[in-house]
Formats: sequence, C-alpha cells, structure tokens
Amino acid sequence: MTHAISIEAVSKRFASLQALDSISFTVEHGEFFALLGPNGAGKTTLISAMAGLSRADSGRIRIMGHDTVTQTRDARMKLGVVPQELVFDPFFTVRETLTFQSGYFGIRHNDAWVDELLYKLGLTDKANVNMRALSGGMKRRVMVAQALVHRPPVIVLDEPTAGVDVELRQSLWAFVKELNAAGHTIVLTTHYLEEAEALCSRIAMMKKGRLIALENKDTLLSRSAAREVSLQLSGPLPASLQPLSLRQQDGRHILALPDIAKLEQVLSELRLAAVEVRELSVHETDLEQVFVKLMHGGQL
Amino acid sequence: MYGFITLFKKEILRFWKVGFQTVMAPVLTALLYQLIFSHVLSQHVEAYPGVSYTAFLIPGLAMMSMAQNAFANSSSSLIQSKITGNIVFLLLPPISAPAFFGAYLLASVVRGLVVGAGVLLVTAWFGLPLPAQPLWLLAFAVLGCGVLGTLGIMAGIWADKFDQLAAFQNFLIMPLTFLSGVFYSINSLPPLWRSVSHLNPVFYMIDGFRYGFFGQADVSPWLSLAVVGGCFVALSLWVMRLIASGYKLRH
Repeated sequence: MTHAISIEAVSKRFASLQALDSISFTVEHGEFFALLGPNGAGKTTLISAMAGLSRADSGRIRIMGHDTVTQTRDARMKLGVVPQELVFDPFFTVRETLTFQSGYFGIRHNDAWVDELLYKLGLTDKANVNMRALSGGMKRRVMVAQALVHRPPVIVLDEPTAGVDVELRQSLWAFVKELNAAGHTIVLTTHYLEEAEALCSRIAMMKKGRLIALENKDTLLSRSAAREVSLQLSGPLPASLQPLSLRQQDGRHILALPDIAKLEQVLSELRLAAVEVRELSVHETDLEQVFVKLMHGGQL
Repeated sequence: MYGFITLFKKEILRFWKVGFQTVMAPVLTALLYQLIFSHVLSQHVEAYPGVSYTAFLIPGLAMMSMAQNAFANSSSSLIQSKITGNIVFLLLPPISAPAFFGAYLLASVVRGLVVGAGVLLVTAWFGLPLPAQPLWLLAFAVLGCGVLGTLGIMAGIWADKFDQLAAFQNFLIMPLTFLSGVFYSINSLPPLWRSVSHLNPVFYMIDGFRYGFFGQADVSPWLSLAVVGGCFVALSLWVMRLIASGYKLRH
C-alpha cells in the first residue's frame, strides 16, 4: 500500500543554512494534514522539493508512490500545488490562464472542468477578465483553480489564506473540505492555527528545518494537558483543592483540570465546604498554546 | 507534446497581445533607418555591382530586426515570468526540457519572421527585387531567428534582473547585429575589420539572407549556412542542457 506522500530523510542546505534536516514522514490517502511552523522553519522548502521546484540534497520523496526525481512526470501529474506567493501572468484572462495550465499538463478540451472550477471558486463572472484587473483574493482563487486543473489526488496549499478576507477564507475552506470528502489528500500550511485546528486531522510541526512534532490533532491537544477551570468563589479555596491550584488571577482561582471528569469532584468539594461558585469557565487547550510551547522548546 | 503546443500558443498570444510594441514598433524603426540611410547614402555607394545601396540595405535591416526581435521575445518573456514569479506555473507541470526549449524557440522564430515580413513589406518600395534564391532566404531567416531566440532563452534564464538582461542585450546583441554588415558590405572595410567581422556569426546570417535576395554576397552561402547552422545546433544543445539541469530555474 503506497502513501499519498512519503518523505524519507530529506535534507537540503542553502549555503550555511540547513533548510531541511533529515525530514521523514508520510501522509496517507484522504488525510487532511497540517504542516505548521514559524517563518523560516522549512515548510515552503519542503513543499518545493515535493513539487520539483527545488532539489533535495539527499533523501527521497514519493507522491502516490512516484519518485519526484526519477518519475517526475507521474509525480507531478498527481500533485497540485497552490504556491504561497501571489503570482499571475498579466497578459491573460482567467479562462486563458486555466486553459493554458490544463494544456501544460497535457489536457485538451478541459472546458467542462474549468467551468466547474470557476463556478466552485466564485469566478464564473470573472472568466474573461484580465488577471491584472482582479483583486488579491480573486487572484488567489485563480491560483487554487490552476492547481486543480489536472484533478490531482494530492493537493498542497501553502498559506492559501494569507491576506485573504474572511468571506473568501470560508468559501475556500468549504471547497477544500469538499475536495477532501471526495477523496483528495490535502496538505495545508497556514499561520492561522485555528484553521489547522478546525480542518486537519493530523499535524506536523517544523522548526529550523526539523520535524519537532507529528501527531494526531486530538492526541497533540490532549497531551499538552493544559485544560484549566477558572472559578470565582464566595469564600476561600478549600484545602482539599489546593493541590490543583495553579494561580490566582483577578480574584479568580485557576485550577488545573487534567480530566474533564475531575470537574464534578471540584464542584462537590466546594459544596462540602459550603463555598458558593459565582462564576465558572473551562478553558480548553488550543493549538496555538501547543504551538507556542513547542516552538519555545517546551515538552508536552 | 500537448504541453509544448500549449506553451508555444501561450508565447505567440503573449507577443501578439502587445503587437504594437513587439511587431509594429520594430517595423517602424527599420523603416526610419531605411528612409534616413537611403537618403544620405544612395548617391555614394553601390554595394554590389548593379545593386543600389538602397536595395542592399533592406535585407540587412530585415535580418537585423528579425534577430533582435527573436532575442527579445524569449528573453523578455522568461525574465518577466521569473521576476513576477509566474514561471512557477511552468515548472509545476511535467513539461520536458525539449518541449520547454522548443516552445520558447519556435515562438521567437515566429516573432522574428513576422517582424521580418513587416520590415520587407514596408521597405520593398525602395527597390527590393524578388528573391533570387527563396530557399536560401528562408533558411537564413529561420536559422538566424533560431540562433537569437536560443540566445534569448539563455539570457532570460541566466539574468536575475532586468538590468542584467539589458546589459546582455546592449553590450552583446546590439554590437553583434550593428557590426555585422547591415549598413555596409564588409568588402568595403579595411582588412583588419574585415577579418574581425568574419568572427561575428550575425554577419553570416545577414550575408546569407542577402544572398537569398541578390544571388551574390560577401562570402559563400554554404559557409554562412555552416556557421549559422553550427551555432544554432551548439547553442541549442547547450541551452537544452541548462534547462534540463534546472539551472537558475529549480533550486
């Protein structure tokens, strides 16, 4: 059984910078996978190596089982990439751009699929408009369509929502989710961690060219064990709850809540001590906290 | 194969959409050269026996315009794609190095031929005869554009900024084309400069192209064909290798 993407010990160096340091992981068919990391972590370099835009110094990458160096043609046919930079050819209209892109992949008569892409991405009324006349968000949609003209089973989106308005982000995600539901494997890099948290099932984190975490999203979040309960009480915190106390903040007691079932115990202790709860809120760990912790060298 | 056809079509459409700049402007420039030089020099020079300077000048101007525009087509398209970043859309699909090279080359040849035809059309009334050797004419037109189109691909891939490309164009291509016998027969030059001119491949393009019109030239058309053809083959192989290696395109 082949993987959708298989990356084996891939390294790449630019002069004194080790951009990728022996990266290995696989992405399975139909996964919605997030690749996260700060600027300069090596995400785009890794995507470039997958797409054949740059060449790894060592290691190998396979897309749907096809080696990106020795089976270039097959590997490229299986991969659709939405590059990070907003780029376009100012000479052509949206439809010309997509028809040419289809032709580069050897596909003739792609009008029906191009029309569908235009429709799905809200570009139908812009089909005959020159690329120069489009807003940044619209250009970004065309780039998504360009990555999909050859119906690739694996789609990589490198920061697709950077600088894009909320409405487009939502419609873009709805479309990408639809593609994922239809069986496409999606790899996403983003700075908006809530997007990765909401969409992706597995998350890889990179820092300085190395892979520092690779987990199922729920495992990653639960391992950080940072769930907290914030309580405003009518009296002092009972002694039995002191071991859970993390800190006091604005007159509230913040207690660690390693397990949500523990909440019932906290409340019953308070009842026994005749302390009234005036306000209660539970804070779940989010990906952002995990991310910040990992990037600062912390262990989960 | 379809990738090649598509890229070729795209390149044709690209220059055609800005036809005023890419076709009309060089045709007008050549017409101005023709008007001025023929006015100034027609009384004084007879380049070949029985060929007036005015008629002599036309094929040279046409070939020079073809060469410069074939170079400009591939080089400017590539550097624009590189600088704006949209070259990525050509690097992501599985377009082979020969297809990539062939499409840019052929589009350059087409642009060169269209400009050449335009120049001949607007200057013919200065007394251009019908071609004495049409096949030679066509061979030198196509090969000449091919050599410069290939050089354009090389320059477009090599240059990282417009300034470098302009340097290539102004310090190499322009002197080679201007000092190639466009405006004079090299037989009128002192021996030293005549010998130097023989080292310039553009001279052979122009001389061969002129042979196509007048049936006479400064050197044998076979020699010109060998030089121009040899340059074309050597440059093509080299540039195709550059593309296949990913030089300056894939990092």
